[in-house]
Amino acid sequence: MSTKQKRRCAMVDQSACVACGYCVKVCPKAAISIFKGVYAWVDDSLCIGCGKCQKVCPASVITVEVKEREEALV
Amino acid sequence: MKKHWYDYLWIFSAVYLLLGFFNILFAWLGLLCFFIPLIISICGGGKAYCNRYCGRGQLFELLGGKFGLSRQKDIPAWMRSKAFRYGFLSFFLIMFINMLWNTWLVASGASNLREIVTLLWTFKLPWHWAYHGTLFAPWVAQFSFGFYSVMLTSTVLGIVTMVLFKPRSWCVYCPMGTMTQMICKAKAGNLEKAK
Repeated sequence: MSTKQKRRCAMVDQSACVACGYCVKVCPKAAISIFKGVYAWVDDSLCIGCGKCQKVCPASVITVEVKEREEALV
Repeated sequence: MKKHWYDYLWIFSAVYLLLGFFNILFAWLGLLCFFIPLIISICGGGKAYCNRYCGRGQLFELLGGKFGLSRQKDIPAWMRSKAFRYGFLSFFLIMFINMLWNTWLVASGASNLREIVTLLWTFKLPWHWAYHGTLFAPWVAQFSFGFYSVMLTSTVLGIVTMVLFKPRSWCVYCPMGTMTQMICKAKAGNLEKAK
């Protein structure tokens, strides 16, 4: 059984990301990694949408958006 | 969060800048900040330098973050555009070659050692008090003055954008960062093709 849930999650504009890694440092859930040194990548399943990364991103390419996801009911 | 040894590399950056005020020959150490990031990204380490080891980035995090010396505003869109980033990298490399040329002129005896540090590629500051002669050739000192000018200029630019925008705004247009990202993009592109 599953349900649709709305939750906040960080989104990265990968084309404008400079891959500096500051977001990785401040993420309390270790949900962000730098993909092959090219851009930041957020693991949706770990992100809690706290917005710390958005606040520090020097290029301002991270936004926290409400996403609808299928989630299993436990 | 657990601190690692590399979280203290900002001390290296700060000490480096200070040493240039006492003995300009220490400027040579700055080459580490040029070669290590390139070697890491060429050898497949991605942007580990920017992400972990960059002392300058950490210094800006500290000053702009903990010390609150930043307005925490978004950087203007043009400053994070590819045109500006690649343009700044090109300009930076041209000025770097110009600095190497000046070193060569001293090495070949065509011009004399000039004990000045050029700030923002324009302002010539007397810096003789940080030069006490060298055991090596005069060009070694000329390179030191030139290279320290590059490092001081980029630090000043970094501090200005740290104050105006976000702590690590420098990272957006840092020539080393742009270069290592280009290397990583090329490598990632090759991987895609190979699949």
